[in-house]
Amino acid sequence: MNAKALLLCIFLPLQAAAQGFAGLGTTPQDFTQPNPETVLRFPQDHGAHPDFRIEWWYVTANLTGPDGTPYGLQWTLFRSALAPERKGQEHQGWQSPQLWMGHAAVTTPNAHYVAERRARGGIGQAGVRAAPFEAWIDDWQMRGPDLDRVQLAASGTDFAYQVTLQATGPLVLQGTKGYSVKSAAGQASHYYSQPFYTVSGQLTLPEGPVPVTGTAWLDREWSSQLLAADQSGWDWFSLSFDDGARMMGFVLRGTQDFTAATWIAPDGTPTPFPDGAFMATPLDRQQVAGRDLPLTWRLRLPAKGVDVTIKALTPKAWMDVSVPYWEGPVTVSGSHAGVGYLEMTGYAP
Amino acid sequence: MNRAIWAALIGHWRRNPLQWITLVAGLALGTALWAGVQAINAEARASYAAAAATLGETRFAMLRPTSGDAIAQDTYIALRRAGWDVSPLIEGRLRPSKESPVRLIGIDPLTAPMGLLPTPEGAQAEPTAFLTGPGQVFGPPDALDRLPATVTAARIAAPDVAPNTVITDIGVAQRLLGRAGKIDRLLLAPDQPLTRRPLAEIAPGLELIPPQESADMARLTDSFHLNLTAFGLLSFAVGLFIVHGAIGLAFEQRRAMLRNLRALGVPLPRLLALMALELAAFALIAGAIGVALGYGVAAALLPDVAASLRGLYGAEVSGSLALRPAWWLSGLALALGGTALAGAGALWSLARMPLLASAQPQARARALRPALQAALALGLLGLAWALALWGTGLRAGFVMLGALLLGGALALPPLLGVVLRLSQARAKGPVAQWFWADSRQQLPGLSLALMALLLAMAANVGVSTMVSSFRLTFTGFLDQRLAAELYVTAADARQAAAIEALADGPVRAVLPLMSVDTKIAGQPATLHGLRDDPTYRDNWRFLQSIPNAWDAFAKGEGVLINEQLYRRAALQLGDVIPLAQGLRLPIVGIYGDYGNPVGQVSLSESLFQKSFPQVAPRRFGLRLAPDQVPALQEELTQKIGLAENAMIDQAALKALSRSVFERTFAVTTALNLLTLAVAGFAMLMSLLTLAAMRLPQLAPVWALGLTRRRLALLDLARALVLAALTGALALPLGLALAWALLAVVNVEAFGWRLPMFLFPADYARLNLLALAAAALAALWPALQLARLPPAQLLGVFRNER
Repeated sequence: MNAKALLLCIFLPLQAAAQGFAGLGTTPQDFTQPNPETVLRFPQDHGAHPDFRIEWWYVTANLTGPDGTPYGLQWTLFRSALAPERKGQEHQGWQSPQLWMGHAAVTTPNAHYVAERRARGGIGQAGVRAAPFEAWIDDWQMRGPDLDRVQLAASGTDFAYQVTLQATGPLVLQGTKGYSVKSAAGQASHYYSQPFYTVSGQLTLPEGPVPVTGTAWLDREWSSQLLAADQSGWDWFSLSFDDGARMMGFVLRGTQDFTAATWIAPDGTPTPFPDGAFMATPLDRQQVAGRDLPLTWRLRLPAKGVDVTIKALTPKAWMDVSVPYWEGPVTVSGSHAGVGYLEMTGYAP
Repeated sequence: MNRAIWAALIGHWRRNPLQWITLVAGLALGTALWAGVQAINAEARASYAAAAATLGETRFAMLRPTSGDAIAQDTYIALRRAGWDVSPLIEGRLRPSKESPVRLIGIDPLTAPMGLLPTPEGAQAEPTAFLTGPGQVFGPPDALDRLPATVTAARIAAPDVAPNTVITDIGVAQRLLGRAGKIDRLLLAPDQPLTRRPLAEIAPGLELIPPQESADMARLTDSFHLNLTAFGLLSFAVGLFIVHGAIGLAFEQRRAMLRNLRALGVPLPRLLALMALELAAFALIAGAIGVALGYGVAAALLPDVAASLRGLYGAEVSGSLALRPAWWLSGLALALGGTALAGAGALWSLARMPLLASAQPQARARALRPALQAALALGLLGLAWALALWGTGLRAGFVMLGALLLGGALALPPLLGVVLRLSQARAKGPVAQWFWADSRQQLPGLSLALMALLLAMAANVGVSTMVSSFRLTFTGFLDQRLAAELYVTAADARQAAAIEALADGPVRAVLPLMSVDTKIAGQPATLHGLRDDPTYRDNWRFLQSIPNAWDAFAKGEGVLINEQLYRRAALQLGDVIPLAQGLRLPIVGIYGDYGNPVGQVSLSESLFQKSFPQVAPRRFGLRLAPDQVPALQEELTQKIGLAENAMIDQAALKALSRSVFERTFAVTTALNLLTLAVAGFAMLMSLLTLAAMRLPQLAPVWALGLTRRRLALLDLARALVLAALTGALALPLGLALAWALLAVVNVEAFGWRLPMFLFPADYARLNLLALAAAALAALWPALQLARLPPAQLLGVFRNER
């Protein structure tokens, strides 16, 4: 057992093992299950849900430097529980079953910088507080008086960033009032987003500091069993169109692909679409880290007149972490223009 | 045709099974000791490697508290939250009843640098079980078995964990050690994040220790292993003498057969190839037996070696032996190589043998020409002399030993020849003259066995002199050094203060023992702070010092260094050495130090505290009347709360030190005795083979009227005379060896030069032992001779060539 293997196993419930992301479909034991009746409450639900097995705070940002150079930024905090805990009755100290993992990345047109952090719960090294909002692991943090205005910071051995996020629109509940179905068999999660952040701040890259501005998207999701047993991974798209509208769509790859999408009007009004309404077709595949990855896609949501091609800023946005995946900025063209983020998980080498 | 030749060749061994046994046994015994020693070395090295790999904390930079206290867990969190990529580690010892303690290491697998985690055998990594509930401990099976019953965590075998060590989650370790919220060290990931706040701002009490070279333990123990290797080679050399004798004899005896085979048309190259193949096959058989025996030798000796390595160097070595290719292959290779060496001469003379040469075996033809041998001996002894004068380094020391022993051995037959010739010249009467003449005639056949005996005896004299001299010196050193009646270790500052306060009570003096590890003049060394006290002034013996060295020392005008540092760093009295930032002092005294091989510098308490204010004394020597020790121990437990194992009295400490010493040399002594046994065996085999060949020479003497019984007694007497002469020569050679070990090898290996003491009673006993061995070896052939049917002796005349 090397450290990597152990970590793989530790985060198995969170991100699945080497044979694919299918591990997310394993039995959830005694954890609380997502319930369509649950009404999300804020700010409480910005905090952790220790009775669920997995959870994440996931920020992606499309940024621009002073010379117009496009950049991508990612800040993610994962929580994974080895055993369920009731909220308010969490174990303190090393006995805590909560494990935390952070991923941070900066993507430039020709480079990708990645860092990973891991932490045990119960000792103060990582955690999330709902109000005033603070999510942290080591020196990485996302904090502010509330979720509408937060400071975001992270650092790796060769990069760092510190940016401010300001919400210009409301929180958006994904799926049905925040209950997002992931398979025909009924696997689901609680899922809401803040797709209307404007960003300003600074990246620190090997060539020096770069002031940046742009837009960011926060995803909050928690569940105990995300994937059906036959599902191996997903392709996830978040698009910010120039006209102010937003769109989220995903494909869960299994014996039968499962898709879902949410159209978000410029005022934040969401329209969820069930399986099949959203279509994603890989156009061009490239070898990345030994995998055949589609880095150009045709995305369609005919009900909203969407027929766009998205193209990765760079193929290099490979997240070479304990459980590797691809996550990077994309440009959007076709019926709508804009920018966005693409995440691809579960591709076998 | 090959089969026919083969049958002819093997036929010889079938008729002379004893010769075959001699050949195989000699080779096997030599290989056994070599393989055994190599097995021990391989096991120890594997243990160091395991320690370096699984607990290779020294490969990483680390943060350590300057004060010697533990790090609070909050400090760890503060550092992580300030951007430091550090991982916590806690370490302690779990003491099962009566047995030696098991080292327990607690880590956090989530933050631990790659490669620090153990590999469990067969088992799947089960993070939930490792991190939650009672947890899991990983370790070698024998360490797991010795864990106290209070450890409820699942025990998972992981052979690559360092010996005597178990690894578990830090939370479990804190619980088992009763140290919740404490951390001993923080390991730094090699690459740190860009944005880190300065250490002084977050955790001012911690210091950054840079990573150390991982080969430290291997380098430190190198001399120890080289010592063992030298012994292995010595016994192999003795074995080789036997093999050389047996092969030479067999080839001589087969000359007639070989001539016949060649006359029948067997091509020489094929004959040579088949005989080489025959030897190789024997070598493999003997090598395999030797390796098996070596395994036994190593398994028997390893616990002692492990104990002495732990005591001397603090190195953990597994007490159980694994079959590693490194040593059994080297054993086989040595057997093959040795046979090739021993057989090359025989094959060479076979290749050059004229087809029509005399096919008679010639006992005297089997030795090197005496003149050549004497020249070779002189050359080797000269080389040894030159190396003793000008050689440097441990390897040169061992080459010198080798040259000395081999030269001495080669010089034996010519010297014996001279003695026998002189004796013959002075002998009166025909029987006496025949006795000496016949002894000279037999000398070439016996010389290899006698050389083996000489080597074994000389080694025995040399090594026992070295060990006994060392023991005397060491015991004296312990008496001087361990002067305090009670040694105590405080767990924290409060206990330390309470112990310091004892000076006002029943205790005559409290001597704090403070030290830091550092480098002096490029050598790793320990810096000690000493309180000026009569204990030191009265007991420490200087090898060299300036007048009133102690006064200069107490005033902080100079420092004392031990002999190891003096020799390794080539320092002299009066040399000024840099000790710490802004502190440079001259050397005012050099003391003998036989406790451990590391260099030492002692400076006065006040200077030490000024230079290293962060080092608070935790260990103390207490001076008081010996009969008050138990009462004080009781009081310390009751009032200060000192743990039982935090106190050790002088007698116990001395016993501990002595047992380390004895165990260190238990191996040497055992190897020594085994070598002597091999030599005795060589003697027996030579006499047995000679007995058969000597019939033609004995028959005429018998015919002239000497009884068989008389002849047998004369043979016995001859063996004793030759053994006694060999013993007499072994003594000076052994003393030269002892001198070389004490004055050259010890200085290089440990850094100290020991005075040499002589032990005449021991030497006399050894000589008697050698005589007894020779008599025993000669007894069987003599008995055979005494009971030889006269018809066989008569047959000699009938078959007269």
